[in-house]
Amino acid sequence: MSVNMTKGQAISLEKRGGGSLTQVRMGLGWQAAPRRGLFGSRTREIDLDASAVLFADKQPVDVVFFRHLVSDDGSVKHTGDNLVGGVGQGGDDEAILVDLERVPVHIDQIVFTVNSFTGQTFQEVQNAFCRIVDETNGQELARYTLDGGGNYTAQIMAKVHRVGSGWQMTALGNPANGRTFQDLMPAILPHL
Amino acid sequence: MTAELVRGQNHPLPDTRLEIRVSAGHPVVAGATLGDEHGRVPGAEWVAHPGSPSLPGVDVPGRCAADLRLTVDLGAVSDAVHRLSVLLALPAGTGAGRFGALAAPFVAVAGRDGTDLASYTITGLDSESAVVALELYRRQGAWKVRAMGQGYEGGLAALLGDQGLERPAELAASILAAVAPEPPAAEPAPPVADPAARLPEVERVGGATPPTAPDTAAAPPLPPTPPAVPTTGTPTPAMGTAGPISYAHPRRQAAAAPEPRQAPPTPVAGDASGWSMDERLYNQVWGMFEDLARTAAAYRSACDFAESRLDRELDQSLSDYRSRVGGANDAARATARARHDELVERAQEVLDRDLAQLAAEAEVVEPALPPAYARWDSPVWHAYRVPAEEPMAIRLGDLHLPERTDLRIPMLVRLPLERGLWVDSGRGHSEAAGLLDEVELRRLALDCAVAHAARLLAAHPAGEFAVHVLDAAGAGTAALAPLVDSGVLAAPPARGAAGVSAVLEQLTERVDLLQMALRGGAADALPPGLDTARQLLIVHDFPHGFDDRAVTRLRYLADEGPSVGVHLLMVADRADAAAYGPLLDPLWKSLLRLTPVADDHLADPWVGHAWSYEPPILPPGSRILREVLAQVTAARYGKRP
Repeated sequence: MSVNMTKGQAISLEKRGGGSLTQVRMGLGWQAAPRRGLFGSRTREIDLDASAVLFADKQPVDVVFFRHLVSDDGSVKHTGDNLVGGVGQGGDDEAILVDLERVPVHIDQIVFTVNSFTGQTFQEVQNAFCRIVDETNGQELARYTLDGGGNYTAQIMAKVHRVGSGWQMTALGNPANGRTFQDLMPAILPHL
Repeated sequence: MTAELVRGQNHPLPDTRLEIRVSAGHPVVAGATLGDEHGRVPGAEWVAHPGSPSLPGVDVPGRCAADLRLTVDLGAVSDAVHRLSVLLALPAGTGAGRFGALAAPFVAVAGRDGTDLASYTITGLDSESAVVALELYRRQGAWKVRAMGQGYEGGLAALLGDQGLERPAELAASILAAVAPEPPAAEPAPPVADPAARLPEVERVGGATPPTAPDTAAAPPLPPTPPAVPTTGTPTPAMGTAGPISYAHPRRQAAAAPEPRQAPPTPVAGDASGWSMDERLYNQVWGMFEDLARTAAAYRSACDFAESRLDRELDQSLSDYRSRVGGANDAARATARARHDELVERAQEVLDRDLAQLAAEAEVVEPALPPAYARWDSPVWHAYRVPAEEPMAIRLGDLHLPERTDLRIPMLVRLPLERGLWVDSGRGHSEAAGLLDEVELRRLALDCAVAHAARLLAAHPAGEFAVHVLDAAGAGTAALAPLVDSGVLAAPPARGAAGVSAVLEQLTERVDLLQMALRGGAADALPPGLDTARQLLIVHDFPHGFDDRAVTRLRYLADEGPSVGVHLLMVADRADAAAYGPLLDPLWKSLLRLTPVADDHLADPWVGHAWSYEPPILPPGSRILREVLAQVTAARYGKRP
């Protein structure tokens, strides 16, 4: 059972038992909307991209996305760009893994975003979701349903941030517009 | 907006006056315990239950029912109260003895205006007959709710005992008696009066530990214990006599296992994926290489950040005119420096931790390496036998970073070599090279090249690797002696311009022939006598003895040779070939540059740090090179009678 979240809802999540998180994964899955009309088998491909931006004192210092799959320190890894989404349903088509214990000490926040690289809004995507999973036990911490999500091309999904010696996650679910994470920077900054 | 909580999740409470609804689908007893800042319930008067339904700020129903309401006014509870646990228990003698037989209980927390703030469905219960459903707790002056779902097979008595109450069995009996239709003569107090039953510490299992237990962080990790009782049958009677109670949920064992990483595991050689030990070691060494690169990157970026933040803050303090007068300026600068030092110190701590782990790994991996990956001073060379199949890679030297110079990563390069090698006998920018005179440097360079060639020979099965040498002026005779004397060379080192062009022509023809055969898909059309071995051409003293035609052929070999198993090993000073101008730049660039002395010219493929390369050094006076080459020769001629 996980938290089904709507846009703008922020919930602080802790690991069960109150401990802090050590490994989290942000998963993103979607399916292209079917095209109606002639040449119906030609589906319009939709490319959603997951990115993670690493901040130190509210300054972006590193980013993990489809052109830079591993952060320089190796703590944040992208499993690779998926250009067309899943043919089936349910699984993650793109994922970003964060090994929180290995994140450099000056990085205090990591923000996860989802962008529609091909420009379709979330209204045109089917079965799109993004979720945050605690990798140590596979438990889903939060899930957003993106499809039918209004006239937006991006979403600022969640952030993990340092609390004391550990980490906590806050789901943000803030809709925005942009092709890649760079376009989202102005929208991300208020959440830091 | 209602937050559907999962077990362990918390949620802020904007209201202090709350209504908590319980629907269980079966009559249950609801109660609340008040805990102090240590999470302990000091006495029975801190428990609100049907027999005593009202405490300051807390009202619980006085009966047992399927749908219940509790009201809580967090503003009215005593300041000593830091935690309020909402508990549910199955009454005795109503048929159901376990929550697992009933629908999952649902609890919702509503604010003053009746809107639900958070809800929680307690799933996964089985043989428990009492459960802590929710917990309201103070956190920095505000109240939050946490979904607990902590069940107790030992029933209410075990639950109350776990909260620190004295004589929990008596209290549990009195609570259950208050809701029972007749005196519970048939149900004696749950037999958990055994004092050991109140000591839950002994049997705690990872994730099933109540989150508020004060000692969970400090307690040493206990091995997961199997469930103390089978999940079926009546649990309570057996518990008292069977010793300490396991509070572990019998079906949550699996989820409890992967808890916080303890001390890093002891490293083991070959601890990587792969089909063979050779491949596993290769992957492990590359894994260590990457980890070291990234660990250093993390450390350096943290230090850089600390540095730039310090600069910025110092600038700020200087530009603020008002603070220049008085001591405010100095104070601000001191704070900025302290912030910088603190961050660098933490980064250093993490770096030390990671480096210690990698050093421990290197300590076990290094002795486990087979000859092709081992240092020349490794004892495996004394047990060297010509291999039956070639390894994945060979070691061309060691790499290290300035953060910890004694942590050496073997530089393993895949076989067959994708590009030629160039042992630079020039000065370059290396400090170590600057200390040596030119003659010595050239001699060292050729020694290194001979060692690389010997290792390549030793790594290949008998007769599958042939070495040719170009030494136009004969300047390298002494250094080449190990190769020449062992008889491992197909022909003596080629001398003079004629010798150079003959060897180059032979190899160029070979590359042409093999390429044609490969492109035409006619590999079996090759001449029957053609040697299938890979070829290595050592070029010493370049460009001595080379004319333009020979230089062109050399470039051709460098470009086209590797794909058909013809490899170059240049021993040269780029300055010697300066007369050719930029014509030879592509040649140098296509070769992997190695140095005969330590030099930091290599970059890793992940972060691009500059790594210090150290060539493989033969122990002084060692005969190992000659012994190994003798074996290679013997195996070759043994194979070809």
